[in-house]
Amino acid sequence: MTDPPYMSSPDQRGRFGNFGGRFVPEALMPACLELESAFVDAWADSTFVEEYHRVLRDFAGRPTPVTPLERLSDKLGIRLFAKREDLAHTGSHKINNVIGQTLLTKRMGKHRVIAETGAGQHGVATATAAARLGLECTVYMGEVDTVRQVLNVFRMELLGATVVPVTSGSKTLKDAVNEAMREWVTCVEDTHYCLGSVMGPHPFPWMVREFQSIIGHEALRQMREHGVDTPDAVVACVGGGSNAAGIFAGFANTSARLIGVEAAGGAAVVSGSPGVLHGMRSLLIQDEFGQIEEAHSISAGLDYPGIGPEHAHLAEIGRAEYYPIGDEDVLDALALLSELEGIIPALESAHAVAWIAREAGRSLPTGSSVLLNLSGRGDKDVAQVRAMLRGES
Amino acid sequence: MKSLETRLRALRDSGRKALVPYFMGGLTPDWIQHVEAAVHAGADAVEIGIPFSDPMMDGVVIQEAALRALRADTTLDSICADLEALSNSVPLIAMTYFNIFHHYGLERSAGKLQASGVSGAIVPDLALEEADEWIAACDQHDVATVLLVAPSTTPDRVRRLGQATQGFAYASARMAVTGRSGGAGDAARVVQSIREVTTVPTYIGIGISSEEQAKEASGIGDGVIVGSALVQIILDGGGAGEVESFVRSYRAAIDG
Ligand SMILES: Cc1ncc(COP(=O)(O)O)c(C=O)c1O
Repeated sequence: MTDPPYMSSPDQRGRFGNFGGRFVPEALMPACLELESAFVDAWADSTFVEEYHRVLRDFAGRPTPVTPLERLSDKLGIRLFAKREDLAHTGSHKINNVIGQTLLTKRMGKHRVIAETGAGQHGVATATAAARLGLECTVYMGEVDTVRQVLNVFRMELLGATVVPVTSGSKTLKDAVNEAMREWVTCVEDTHYCLGSVMGPHPFPWMVREFQSIIGHEALRQMREHGVDTPDAVVACVGGGSNAAGIFAGFANTSARLIGVEAAGGAAVVSGSPGVLHGMRSLLIQDEFGQIEEAHSISAGLDYPGIGPEHAHLAEIGRAEYYPIGDEDVLDALALLSELEGIIPALESAHAVAWIAREAGRSLPTGSSVLLNLSGRGDKDVAQVRAMLRGES
Repeated sequence: MKSLETRLRALRDSGRKALVPYFMGGLTPDWIQHVEAAVHAGADAVEIGIPFSDPMMDGVVIQEAALRALRADTTLDSICADLEALSNSVPLIAMTYFNIFHHYGLERSAGKLQASGVSGAIVPDLALEEADEWIAACDQHDVATVLLVAPSTTPDRVRRLGQATQGFAYASARMAVTGRSGGAGDAARVVQSIREVTTVPTYIGIGISSEEQAKEASGIGDGVIVGSALVQIILDGGGAGEVESFVRSYRAAIDG
């Protein structure tokens, strides 16, 4: 390993090593610069930080527990623990980020947020946080995803948000990001773009990681309470990479292996190459001409052809490892955790479970201690899972 | 000074307002004939779009054109090969997103553009802060790097963009992606701010979709860029004849 500390701030241009930066149209540059200085200012202001922590406690239900998964541990021959982001308000880690960004929106004097969403979790979280603060909220969602996650569309509407189906391109997450960026250009004066993962132009990858790092900081302390000073491995699923970045942040400067699990149909680290998309230089799945390919995954939240730039950097320097898991292993993993532990995971999180189940006794030696980031609960997916198990789709 | 800028300065000094139509390369098999028709009808320079899968600064019309061109297997190489058939000699300016050049190689891209007679490039998602390497590559090949100034651009940035842009300054008339009609919008203010910091010609684009709007914008800037309104005609099946009469009527509106 080379020069710790890992996961510190990006450089002046928003680079993590060779990745990151700010590849946006001039029209958006002033907003990105304004956001950067607002975030730097807020994050150094104890009043803001205290309010962020207070809202996470009183509204979002933090800290979320770390649960020893005893029966699954027995079955796999390892000591497995789960950080329970599924128990955070709205059912996933996405709430941590949106609490931070909506508080920042208010602080910047803006009264409206827009967001992209894939599975709908970030959209629901944004709509929730916006409702709490009285902000207007519009969510862009690929048309394909509005069908796959129809209940989340309804949730957002109940929360007072407007959901705009995106019909361009592959009609999934990447197109929802494109559309949100296009919209942002027209309303940047009074509207904040509440990006949902550690991606996009600087300062988003850094800011979102900071807002999510509460996961890792809590988990480090909680693992110690469970008698594990440093787990041997920390495992999280990776779409854009926000839940992974959040938990990695607590362990980056320990001896723990950091493992990100990508959907095989959107595995930017394994199958991607360097490119520029959505305001960042990162690893992307693209063809030989630099056209971005469509990702394919059972889980809408991992259906993204790229990865956050800090993950690309952590992969390049060898501090974190990234592996793909195919759709076929995900349903088994979901059933396993449900039946043995009484926890129905989100399809996204089930990717991490599947990797652990596969590697226990192999690259996760018998007896090793493993921390799983259970990024979300599976309620949003049960209709889809039911249809798949019945062979209907 | 790059040759594009020498030509466009001379054009301005001659008192003629520049009319710059945009075409999506590879949109139809006969797209080169569309370019020729536009030149014949009085275009002073032509923007050539190189299609990208994720055009963040484009509205539905150019998105659709990019998709169709990609379905027809259009690439940077195929566009450059097509350009060899072009018989006229107005300046050509490539417009695409940075990943296309990033993937092809910056130096190699600039060399390819030069070899194909392209003398300028617009890369709307390449912020000035990220552009050094690209500008250096283009400097090797006499390709002018045209930069955009937006209504949201702050005065200090206008100064830096005005100093760095080559060929012309692209004044964005509105806070919008391409294809949203609306006319000159903030153009007067944007053009004024650019002229305070540079003598490079200033062309207005984004939101110009009728002859009247083109006329209004040409009264403000040194030239007008017309994209989606023209591309729509080709998407609707229009050929070289329709392109020619479109450009002719814009020409007449600007000159009249
Ligand atoms: C439960 C859950 N986990 C993970 C993700 C993937 O996002 P990220 O990689 O940013 O954590 C999502 C995205 O929708 C999600 O809903």
